Amino acid sequence: MTATISTAKGSEHARILSIAGYRPSRVVTNAEICERIDSSDEWIRTRSGIIERRFAEPHETVQMMSVQASKKALERADIAAAQIDCVIVATVSHLMQTPAVATLIADELGAGPAPAFDISAACAGFCHAVGLGADMVRSGSAKYVLAIGVERLSDITDPTDRGTAFIFADGAGAAVIGPSDVEGIGPIVWGADGSKYDFIRQIQSWSDVLEMETPEMPTLRMDGNPVFRWASFEMAKIAREALDRAGVMIEDLDVFVPHQANMRITDAMARALRLPEHVVIARDIAYQGNTSAASIPLAAAALLESGEASSGQTALFIAFGAGLSYAAQVVTLP
Amino acid sequence: MASTEEIRSGLADIVNEVAGIPAEDVQLDKSFTDDLDVDSLSMVEVVVAAEESFNVKIPDDEVKNLKTVGDAVAFIETHQGEA
Repeated sequence: MTATISTAKGSEHARILSIAGYRPSRVVTNAEICERIDSSDEWIRTRSGIIERRFAEPHETVQMMSVQASKKALERADIAAAQIDCVIVATVSHLMQTPAVATLIADELGAGPAPAFDISAACAGFCHAVGLGADMVRSGSAKYVLAIGVERLSDITDPTDRGTAFIFADGAGAAVIGPSDVEGIGPIVWGADGSKYDFIRQIQSWSDVLEMETPEMPTLRMDGNPVFRWASFEMAKIAREALDRAGVMIEDLDVFVPHQANMRITDAMARALRLPEHVVIARDIAYQGNTSAASIPLAAAALLESGEASSGQTALFIAFGAGLSYAAQVVTLP
Repeated sequence: MASTEEIRSGLADIVNEVAGIPAEDVQLDKSFTDDLDVDSLSMVEVVVAAEESFNVKIPDDEVKNLKTVGDAVAFIETHQGEA
């Protein structure tokens, strides 16, 4: 017989309850980067807007940075780890294929036996996690979700590659997502274009590495100009769609937090979007570099901590990267 | 269809908007990188704006061949209206 199965029931609305980041201790200047590549401080600043970045020290592991950011986020949300119903970690730089680092993070925080898993959507990962978390809260799969974006890209960056050595960096960001009386997380606009799989990629697969005479850690490569074109112009269309789907006029936007890929992409997107003057634009990349999945929560937390943005304001998140994958949503800042 | 001079003038306005170069400096014999100091990322922005403005498709592979303003104007003149 076909039994009657109950439907889970969640909160009608979801919102981000808190957001926090962890910045590794070691500051790496452009001068230090230029010891390994033929470049200059001025070239790096004009091409990327990066003045310095942070690299993790050995003890600042993916797990450690995630736990630190998460503890701060839980404290700000006034939620105990035991209340978390799901831990989602967006990363591409945890160098242990399985199990998911999310399980270790959940255990160390005391969030077990909450389900915990990693997602691989590169720089777009955090916005994927926020979208999934909001859907879980609204569908009844979870009341509170911890969404983490974390990277140690310095482990998989070739310090002699002129195209990427100055861009990538390390860090972690975390957000607690929970129920709300009014909507705080707009419809996600997301997608992937596997025909551009090669634009940003790990140069060899693990099996290719095993066949090398002297095995080397595979590193990241990027086709800068095509990525710049796609990110600056195609992603501006996705950003507009996220605003449309949320029913938010661009004039009503307070804060723009794009993935901190490159300051030139942020500037080109802002121009393409015709952002009004009053909109605060996240420019965390200047002192943090491109931290892939961690960049949006780090940048948003920095704006809230500095007072440039405030709780209750309307922000647009848009993240894009390897895949090519992308995700955007309008949110109310916690 | 736009004439050579109309394309040069339109392109000069785009280069001015993207890179802040005075429009009157954008002449056919000028090199984007050496004379006008337009870097590769600004060049991508110029190309995207030119595509919209002149209804032309300029593939990524073609961009590196557009060394001078004259190269870009000639490419646009030949391919305008094809996009």
